[in-house]
Amino acid sequence: MTSEVTPELFASVPDQNGRFGRFGGKFVAETLMSALSDLEQLYQRLKDDAAFQREFDEDLAHYVGRPSPLYEAARLSDAIGGARILLKREDLNHTGAHKVNNTIGQALLAKHMGKKRVIAETGAGQHGVASATVAARLGLECHVFMGEEDIRRQALNVYRMKLLGAQVVSVTSGSRTLKDAMNEAMRDWVTNVEDTFYIIGTVAGPHPYPMLVRDFQSVIGREARAQSLAQYGKLPDALVACVGGGSNAIGLFHPFLQDESVAMYGVEAGGKGLETGEHAAPLSVGSPGVLHGNRTYLMQDEDGQILETHSVSAGLDYPGVGPEHAWLKDIGRVQYVAANDDEALAAFHRLTRVEGIMPALETAHAMAHAEKLAASMSPEQHIVVNLSGRGDKDILTVAALDGIEV
Amino acid sequence: MSRLTQVFADLQSDKRRGVIPYVVAGDPSPEGTVPLMHSLVGAGADILELGVPFSDPMSEGPVIQKGHERALANGMSLHRVLTMVAEFRKDNDRTPIVMMGYANPIERFGYEAFAAASAEAGVDGLITVDLPPEEVDTIDGALKDVGLDNIFLISPTTPEPRVQKIVERARGFIYYVAVKGVTGSGELDTDEVARSVALIREKTALPIAVGFGIKNAASASVVAACADAVVVGSALIAEMQQKAHSAEGLEEIQIHGAAVKLLQSIRAGVDSSPS
Repeated sequence: MTSEVTPELFASVPDQNGRFGRFGGKFVAETLMSALSDLEQLYQRLKDDAAFQREFDEDLAHYVGRPSPLYEAARLSDAIGGARILLKREDLNHTGAHKVNNTIGQALLAKHMGKKRVIAETGAGQHGVASATVAARLGLECHVFMGEEDIRRQALNVYRMKLLGAQVVSVTSGSRTLKDAMNEAMRDWVTNVEDTFYIIGTVAGPHPYPMLVRDFQSVIGREARAQSLAQYGKLPDALVACVGGGSNAIGLFHPFLQDESVAMYGVEAGGKGLETGEHAAPLSVGSPGVLHGNRTYLMQDEDGQILETHSVSAGLDYPGVGPEHAWLKDIGRVQYVAANDDEALAAFHRLTRVEGIMPALETAHAMAHAEKLAASMSPEQHIVVNLSGRGDKDILTVAALDGIEV
Repeated sequence: MSRLTQVFADLQSDKRRGVIPYVVAGDPSPEGTVPLMHSLVGAGADILELGVPFSDPMSEGPVIQKGHERALANGMSLHRVLTMVAEFRKDNDRTPIVMMGYANPIERFGYEAFAAASAEAGVDGLITVDLPPEEVDTIDGALKDVGLDNIFLISPTTPEPRVQKIVERARGFIYYVAVKGVTGSGELDTDEVARSVALIREKTALPIAVGFGIKNAASASVVAACADAVVVGSALIAEMQQKAHSAEGLEEIQIHGAAVKLLQSIRAGVDSSPS
């Protein structure tokens, strides 16, 4: 950490222009500016409103099933022989991932704004499922934009969304993955801005989304911090989370940012290896630029065209990253590393076999790094890993990679 | 006097309305773009709007998206667009050129370097879809320094106080986005357009161009009754694509011909507008 980083600094972002240092902002078409400013004003009013917070907390408790446990992966830790690995079990949430924390919050905002139609983009389908779920519960019309390529590799989640009453819109432009789904969702929003609420699934997009998604997901870190103190009488020594757009990571990290003793690691998708160019690791090897409403680190070529990404996990297959992560990298508070496809697959199998917990392939990237990190630390030390989602949705992908027909 | 100011002054003294065609630089081919620009001027264009290809054109409808994809597949870049402008300027020093695109290629180029290179090439104005007034400071100063106009969009969802803020910063002309939606989409609500343009006029003496949703001579004629200029993009590109797919082995000039024909008819529609 650099010396000018003070605890107050973390509470000061984003500023009123939605900036995290040089990152963030509102880089969108004029048609959306008014909607963003309405959303920002509503959120500023509601976030300190006791009744709104109570409604959110009650939904998290009774609908999502929070708090999620902090579980010590004892057999895995013993096998590695280093630091103890604790898993923050977001996979046990209703719908099977951390995504629902945010969709519950944004659906409440949609309700307060009187919007009858919600739209969402999705990569792995987890955010789409979480959006379709809250839409079903509130009786809202729901359209989920999903790249054609992701629809193919996440067929189970596509059907789940349809069962929930959502319309899944296949996106055939560009690379046909998450970034293109987000382009198409923005286009829909521009067209239907007056009656539509856009539920963005990650801490990217224009201000105020990175802030409000962070705030809704911060329940993860608040719980983990309290559980760590209650169960072990101390804070963890390190936190590890996977980073695509970065919502589960920011949710875990944010409540710990002022705890200087806690090291933090964000794990990007290394794909076939950073040296091959076939990956999704903008913080590791990208450069700053503007995409999807904010300035952040991007994978781009020398002409500023966005590059296609590769990852075994659809949820990490994104060329940008939330602007707060870009800022946390620059100030040195969080270290960003990458785990490649093979390492993630190995970690997927290991956690499944050793602990009986099948992680999502996204989450498996965090596990892969946590194992390496644990081996370099001592048994008195604790690592909290955000077990951001369960792996049922990835079974067919894993089977195919292992050459097995299910 | 800048080329843009000159053209709008001439239009006003001739009691005519302007026609602004939009094409994507490098589509259908990089070699064809400069000849197409000259042909569009021949067909009655007063100002040319040149789309700068981007991998993620978030405000474009399917027709222009495909144009961006084709142009990028043809190896287009922002640098090459500027080369085309310089090439065009060898034979035409009068028709203003406005580039329309997205922030990231410019950010990558470097704002000051881009402004200098654009002025050098002969660009007159810039529309950057994802640089609203809140984010434009990084580039606006650099453009002003070299005498380029940053052109702002105003949309049907822009509240009145915001219109005031935008016109105070605007130069060149105001671009009114006539539909809530992406390029080429939606049906024009011409009464709404007339009301909004009138409201903007109360706040600024700058010329007002109207675009998005103008498809043919009829819609151009109606819009020209309240606007200083009309912009047409998707319809031209769609015409060229239809022509391109109509037969095997067409020369590019035959494909351009489809756009030229539509623009001529739009020119006639605008000139017959009951303003």
